Amino acid sequence: MGKTIAEKVLAAHSNSDCAAGEIVVASVDFCMAQDGTSTMMIRELENLGFEHPKTKRGMALVLDHNAPCPSVEVSRIHLRIRDFAGSRRIPLHETGQGVCHQVVPESGRVLPGDLVVGADSHTCTYGALNACSTGLGSADVAAAAYAGKLWFKVPETYSIRVSGSLSTRVSAKDLILRIIGQLTADGATYKSIEFSGDTTDSMEMDGRFTMANMAVEMGAKFCPFNCDEKTVSWLANRGFDSGTPVSSDMDAHYEKQFEIDASDVVPQVACPHSVDRVCDVSNLRGTKIQQAFLGTCTNGRLSDLEAAARLMNGRSVNRDVRLIVAPSSRTVLVEAMEKGVVTQLLKAGAIFVAPGCGPCVGTHAGIPSDGETVVSTANRNFKGRMGNNKDVGIYLASPETVAASAIAGEITDPREI
Amino acid sequence: MRYSGCARRFVPNDDINTDYIISGRYKFKIDDINELAKHVMEDIDPGFASKVRNGDLIVAGRNFGCGSSREQAPRALKAAGVSVVLAKSFARIFYRSSFNIGLPLIECDTDSIRQNDQIVVDLDSGTFTNTTTGETMHINPLPRTMQILLEDGGLVPHLKKHGDFALK
Repeated sequence: MGKTIAEKVLAAHSNSDCAAGEIVVASVDFCMAQDGTSTMMIRELENLGFEHPKTKRGMALVLDHNAPCPSVEVSRIHLRIRDFAGSRRIPLHETGQGVCHQVVPESGRVLPGDLVVGADSHTCTYGALNACSTGLGSADVAAAAYAGKLWFKVPETYSIRVSGSLSTRVSAKDLILRIIGQLTADGATYKSIEFSGDTTDSMEMDGRFTMANMAVEMGAKFCPFNCDEKTVSWLANRGFDSGTPVSSDMDAHYEKQFEIDASDVVPQVACPHSVDRVCDVSNLRGTKIQQAFLGTCTNGRLSDLEAAARLMNGRSVNRDVRLIVAPSSRTVLVEAMEKGVVTQLLKAGAIFVAPGCGPCVGTHAGIPSDGETVVSTANRNFKGRMGNNKDVGIYLASPETVAASAIAGEITDPREI
Repeated sequence: MRYSGCARRFVPNDDINTDYIISGRYKFKIDDINELAKHVMEDIDPGFASKVRNGDLIVAGRNFGCGSSREQAPRALKAAGVSVVLAKSFARIFYRSSFNIGLPLIECDTDSIRQNDQIVVDLDSGTFTNTTTGETMHINPLPRTMQILLEDGGLVPHLKKHGDFALK
């Protein structure tokens, strides 16, 4: 019987011939934590007598969720993380460098074939780079850093084959929202997801990051994409090698197989307060918005900013709407500036906040008021997610739909602009 | 191991995410778990933290603990006095984290349990008793890995005790 990517990566990291369902202890290549999860991890590491990470490419800490610091309380948490990183010589991505799931890939510490854990649920994002990468709690990540290895249950795999071309102004976000709507919020719990087919084969890396990022929104553990020329050149352009690419065998066992036709996907929106309440954008015509948010580890990359800027093209943000933009990293921000994208968005009326998580988790930089409606490129729309639980509705959509809605002042199909 | 207490249910029943268990409004700025416990479940049940009693059980439907990886979620539940969570299914990260910090989770059919029913769970005999309704139910034993973690008091105590993973 052939093997899936998850089976092969976990077998290679545990010197075993493991198959789905087995428990293995596997060496971990890299681990990370962010400012909301680091202090608990640090306490566990100190309890263990930790000195240096035993993971192959070490670990990194990222100040992104609550940065720049909005309060005295948070400043003390950041200080604790800085002190720990400094005393152990652990790389620290400081305030303003960007969202962990953009700065970690940009740092070259995750490569094809890797096994990676992070104290952030969206660590599955690195699946775009052909890694088996997953989010865990702080204790698990502490254990991985301390021991250089961790226990894993080898997951079953779902195969999702996507074929056909996405229409103009329909993008990777619409595709993954459509899939989550179909599979539901727990439809892939504990599973590894492998995408295949001409749609994802021809998709640029930014789109693959978007799709892998949201795999956890249907409960998935890993979402390894295939390593191809796009993966290799994305890494090479940043000065990194292409690791040890892994692909599944022709006769690999998939617990379930899905076929999706991308050509009939229209712009999708996830309605409050659940990521799997997905509908066509046309069903929401006339829904007034007060805030629009472009950014996050899902959709704050260069191509996302470019897509929004193209739609703006001389138009302005509606006077009743605040359009907040948080580029996913400083590198992305600089590239967007050099390409004139920032100027276009600013001239349209956008508000730029520091590269990082922006208002996604509701601690700063754009908390909506009571009864307001937000359209966002983020990955979660739980009640209270953006910091206010008083009748705030968050609609999740693509950068194109967010830009179109910011222009119109109501949820709008980007194909109608 | 035996747990007994009052059943606490919520609306919604399914997909109770970790933002609902402990909101980002608090978890990013409060590092003291006992302080965080004062806000547990606040977004879906304001005042829950003052109602919950030591030993109470949380009872839910599908996909409990989905969303963010925040370990503050199981830690805050435990610090608030919750002894065990019963649900039809759990999200993956929350499942591991709960056992890692010593909060047992049990997957079982929870439909018949009503708000404030008195529940006794006996993990050793694999039984669940609703003393309010008189119903007794068999519960599946915990996976061996999770039993070991629970017996050792969590993942870090396990590593300190054995010097390595000893989970088989």
